[in-house]
Amino acid sequence: MQYHLNYNFIWKYFDRLAWGLALSLELATIGILIGCIIGLALAVLSHGAGRPVRFVVGAYVEFIRNVPLLLLVYLVFYGIPSVGGFAYDATTSFTMTLAVYAGAYLVEVFRAGLDAIPKGLIDAGRAIGLTPAQRVLHVQLPTMFRIVLPSLGNAFISLFKDTSLATVLAVPELMYGANWIYTNTFRIVEVWTVVAPMYLVTGFILLGCLRLLERRFAIRRR
Amino acid sequence: MSGNDPLVKVRGLTKSFGANQVLQGVDLDVPKGSVVSIIGASGSGKTTLLRCVNLLETYDGGSIEVDGVEVGYDLSDGRRRPRGERELAGIRADIGMVFQLFNLFPHLTATENVMLGLRKVRGMGKAEARAAAEQWLVRVGLADKLESLPIELSGGQQQRVGIARAVAMNPKVLLLDEITSALDPELVGEVLKVVRELARDGMTMMLVTHEMTFARDVSSRVVFMDGGRVAVEGSPKDVFGAPAQHERLRGFLARIELRDI
Repeated sequence: MQYHLNYNFIWKYFDRLAWGLALSLELATIGILIGCIIGLALAVLSHGAGRPVRFVVGAYVEFIRNVPLLLLVYLVFYGIPSVGGFAYDATTSFTMTLAVYAGAYLVEVFRAGLDAIPKGLIDAGRAIGLTPAQRVLHVQLPTMFRIVLPSLGNAFISLFKDTSLATVLAVPELMYGANWIYTNTFRIVEVWTVVAPMYLVTGFILLGCLRLLERRFAIRRR
Repeated sequence: MSGNDPLVKVRGLTKSFGANQVLQGVDLDVPKGSVVSIIGASGSGKTTLLRCVNLLETYDGGSIEVDGVEVGYDLSDGRRRPRGERELAGIRADIGMVFQLFNLFPHLTATENVMLGLRKVRGMGKAEARAAAEQWLVRVGLADKLESLPIELSGGQQQRVGIARAVAMNPKVLLLDEITSALDPELVGEVLKVVRELARDGMTMMLVTHEMTFARDVSSRVVFMDGGRVAVEGSPKDVFGAPAQHERLRGFLARIELRDI
């Protein structure tokens, strides 16, 4: 039996893919933003904190990192309503899951970033009379941001790909759009040969933007 | 404070890192407008002493007064209470420091490096701070590097930004911690030239240095530290002139090359 490629259906329903891609990017963006807030807050908190705080933060990080994301997605969407008695819509639930997931990875990224700030810069901030809060704001955070930028970018591209898991909650992102076309047209090869490049090209563009940003904010460039 | 009290007054200063007592009772006076060079072998406590003056290192015993104010501790109600960070920030603002490794803020241009303290600590407006910063950068010979980032500058240029950043705050005393040690030999001169000019203008300075010729030329007093104490103190002529009386100083000077800058 021979399979005849026919892309007509794909183009007919392409708006589902286009909108899906937009939603995927949106989910990843919100995920990394909230994830950054979680990660940064916990990193700063545990940086100068005692053992109990570090233990709790460490437990969160290890739990999230050692459980499959898909399981977390199910757990948050089905588990919280059953136990807590309140429900979110699928998109909100998934975004929160993604943010908490990203947060766990970013704690480590930010912690390493804080550790990597040259001690002399903090001394320099103290020597000109900056208060601790001013040092964090004007010296430590800007320096750390430049140190962690590459890791942050990689995390964002990872998250963008991870948004494909939202399809299991029927969140209409790119993977869901692809599944919809495939189940309604059975054009399986066509769908995936279009969607894979969409992920790929978007990832490449993100990577390119990231490299530009890194160059713009480079500290050590010679 | 009476008129002829020293600007910086160190008395019986002690400091340990664990079991290692690096300062074993240091007494030192730095009169206003004078330049005091601190020399000595590595491990003699000279950098630690300097870092104690603006409390980048805490000290265990003794006292340091800058312009009549005890730096690390509040003695006002008869007890010795360590100062909080905010209080210290106010004291440090009046004590300039230049570092061996420059420690410029890497994300800020030369001008912005100098402006940061003027804006956030001195509360200057943006235009005023920029004008003051540029004026100082021009004075240290960096008129064409105002908008350069630290990575775009040579070591000597970075260090001159470091000096501008410190003196722009109009400090009562300037601390210079081996400011030429990380520089290529051919860049040392341009940095020391700036320091010489500051000395001529009457800036009170404490400097730790390995440049003996420079210390001899620029200092009002030279202090030789050994084993966490002041071993020899005197005029440059006393310390560097005729064979030293102090045996350890003689040994130290014999190992150090005197070169012209």
